[in-house]
Amino acid sequence: MSGPIGKPTPYIDGVQKVTGKAMYTDDYRFPNMLYVGLLRSPHAHAHIKHIDTSAAETYPGVAAVTVGTDLPISFGILPISSDENAMAVEKVRYVGEIVAAVAAETMEAAQKGAEKIIVEYDPVRAFIDPGDSLEVCDPAEQIHSHTKGGKNIHKTAELRFNEPEKALEQSPFKRTESFKFAGVTHAFTEPHSTIAIWNGDETLTVISATQVPHYLHRNLSKVLELPMHRVQVKKPALGGGFGGKSDPFAHEMITAYLSMITKRPVKCTFSREEVFINNHGRHPTTIDMSVGCDQDGIITALDTDTIIDGGAYGSFGVVTSYYNGVLLQGPYKIDKLGFRTRRAYTNKSQCGAMRGHGAVNPRYAMEVILDMLAHDAGIDPCDLREKNFLEENTVTVGQLRITSNGVRDCLQAVREKSDWDKLYGKQPYGRGLGIGCGFYISGSALPIIWNRYPQTVVHAKLDFDGRIVMFSGASDIGQGSDTMLAQIASEELGVPMNYVQLEVADTKTTPVDLGSYSSRVTFMVGNAAKMAAEKLRNEMAKAIAKEKDVSADDIVFRDNKIFTEDGAVDISWEDGVETALAGRGAIVESGYYFSPKMGGDFKGSGAGLSPAYSFGAFISDVTVNPSTGSVKVEKIWAAHDCGKALNPLAVEGQIEGSIHMGLGQAVSEDMRYVNGQIVNANFFDYRIPYSVDTPDMDVTIIESNDSEGPYGAKEAGEGPIHPVLPSIGNAIYDAVGIRMMELPITPDKVLAKIQEKG
Amino acid sequence: MEKVQLNVNGFPQVVLVGSHETILETLRNRLNLTGTKQCCDEGTCGSCTVLMDGKPVLGCLTPTVRCVGKEIVTIEGVSSGDNLHPVQKQLVQNGGMQCGFCTPGVVMTAIPYLKENPDPSIDDIKEGLSGNLCRCTGYKKIIEAVKNAAEELNG
Repeated sequence: MSGPIGKPTPYIDGVQKVTGKAMYTDDYRFPNMLYVGLLRSPHAHAHIKHIDTSAAETYPGVAAVTVGTDLPISFGILPISSDENAMAVEKVRYVGEIVAAVAAETMEAAQKGAEKIIVEYDPVRAFIDPGDSLEVCDPAEQIHSHTKGGKNIHKTAELRFNEPEKALEQSPFKRTESFKFAGVTHAFTEPHSTIAIWNGDETLTVISATQVPHYLHRNLSKVLELPMHRVQVKKPALGGGFGGKSDPFAHEMITAYLSMITKRPVKCTFSREEVFINNHGRHPTTIDMSVGCDQDGIITALDTDTIIDGGAYGSFGVVTSYYNGVLLQGPYKIDKLGFRTRRAYTNKSQCGAMRGHGAVNPRYAMEVILDMLAHDAGIDPCDLREKNFLEENTVTVGQLRITSNGVRDCLQAVREKSDWDKLYGKQPYGRGLGIGCGFYISGSALPIIWNRYPQTVVHAKLDFDGRIVMFSGASDIGQGSDTMLAQIASEELGVPMNYVQLEVADTKTTPVDLGSYSSRVTFMVGNAAKMAAEKLRNEMAKAIAKEKDVSADDIVFRDNKIFTEDGAVDISWEDGVETALAGRGAIVESGYYFSPKMGGDFKGSGAGLSPAYSFGAFISDVTVNPSTGSVKVEKIWAAHDCGKALNPLAVEGQIEGSIHMGLGQAVSEDMRYVNGQIVNANFFDYRIPYSVDTPDMDVTIIESNDSEGPYGAKEAGEGPIHPVLPSIGNAIYDAVGIRMMELPITPDKVLAKIQEKG
Repeated sequence: MEKVQLNVNGFPQVVLVGSHETILETLRNRLNLTGTKQCCDEGTCGSCTVLMDGKPVLGCLTPTVRCVGKEIVTIEGVSSGDNLHPVQKQLVQNGGMQCGFCTPGVVMTAIPYLKENPDPSIDDIKEGLSGNLCRCTGYKKIIEAVKNAAEELNG
């Protein structure tokens, strides 16, 4: 590579961010703007008997009031569980659900106005424990009328391959263990914020803190009954997502509607408490998992039964249900595999997608059980894993197509760097090492809404000024996708990065990209951007070749010049631009990405399909204080196979950020509810690791060079979280000989286990 | 409402403020200085850090009326972009920011910290930044950036 691809590249918006100039949604303000005040439910589950809005309507400063029946059309990220309304209709299903809203001249008037709305409720039985939701209940108590069998089960996902239960019975070594995981939430720093503007031409512009402008566009159109060509969604700078801004949200529908009826700009920004209430985080989960292996440590079968607590609405839950099972098909070869996941509706705010979606909790269970089996069989835990790794270019039992695979290199790297062979099992009581591996999808191969369009399109435009403008719907949420777009154009056209400028994440001006979820952007948008830039280069080369009478294939674009090796052509970029555009003007070329056809033909076969998979192996070094139960993660060696690091600085950042988030879930984070009311909706009580909690990190990037990825690249944003948690859990075992089956691993639980062991 | 005169980034500003209003609200909503971020609004994240007479304070916990007669410096007062402070420069170069939302608060904490602690160790820096919540980076590259900035400042 002669350009910036593969080199550590600071973010192109870095200076904007360090100077406070980057504009996030709440930083925008418009003339004559109104503010939204929301009235939320105090009940976990109740029928709405009556709403009286008269006092709110006459409250000074209130311009409009709206209630659920004004927007009765349901929405949701998945068309198959479009079960949510902008505001509660007929009944509320969790504490904090939005019941009514006002738009007012000031934030204070909006809040006070909303409080004037009087709602009469008729409470019914609330389902807080997901176990209760699995039982038959009085139909009047059902959370949603569409669930089957009189139960509150949203989805049962189940697949079985080659009778795993029989193989388990015959396995020389077998472990059947139960695990429990608390719910955790994204806790991005920028609170949700949305501004809606009803334009003079009867179109709607929504500026929002969203990872999925395209799906928000579609859902706004549906709920507001506004044709898609009259909706525009723009994502400005965004303060973190991690999956928590990847659903269309009620407040986005409400803000847009209030703008439509008042014909004024309207803004809605959440408080931190509201961000916690909104949640959509990782599902609280219980897992009963059985894994067997033979005398040599070869895995014989895996069977798992999982309950995930979905909260009151669907969100991504159907996908989560499948991911909890299908994403156990790697990084190990398992030919006999079965799973059942039941997603329970409960009367709490809904859970959805969060970094490592659907695979983090089962990965912990699997990796801890493998550690146990290694000890049972007398095999080193790293050796046992190595014996079982999937090969590259293979197909799993559930028809996941594995292409590039650098997991062996990952394991070898961390094993050597951590001095595993010398230290594992041999350190003084209280100090230990633990291994965890993982793999993850590099983009969901199937779009959420089936259609015949590509999954992403990128335009590259060149005009007289010599700049290249890349038009992409991709949403930079901090992961650096804008920088990637500029790197690719710079690489392909041989111009400095500052010749490349972007138009991004605006559904009116940029072609469709499905969004920043499922770790799809580098792979899909990267390929489309590369194609667009290559086509632009070829178009330029053709024109220059014709004028200079050389072969277009011989023309090189590098170092801001256009030349042939034999010197027949040697012109500046600017001269090349004029030659290429002579007589025709601007060139606009498009690139696109479609996933190849893949997968089995059974129901559920689409879940987990991806054009490539990332792999990783991490080793943690922990200290456990046996008298207090406190766990300190001293160091983590992390090796991740991202195919090719287009921007190693950004890849390292994703791995280090994954360590942070994995550490938080492992040792401290816990969404706590009492009677359906979240009781730790703030950063005092919901404990996220701060700088003083951060371990030393040693990051190794493994490049397996995927044959279909752009320049060989795969994902790095989500895969690196999976090995973090089990490497910590397994290190605690090495340190003090206890198995932590419940997360977060807080000192009280550690102490109880140490005392139980005696 | 009370009419107060504030000194923000070296300029006098006369504003009408409520008695409960915080300097964070005044900066963002009345003076349109939106570089200072509102993240938790209860003193747990450091995103709203500004300097009051050179010392870092949490904008969300500081009543505006307490800022009268003080010199307030916000992220906008540090650099307009041409001449970045070494802390800012190193954050960009080292990848010490991803989404960037906590970044103004990190800058406004690190600058006075390095004034008082010109030669900090990695553990010192961790302690110095312990009030700044970052959910993206895992802190490693922020800490390295501040370490590099200290070295650059020491020349």
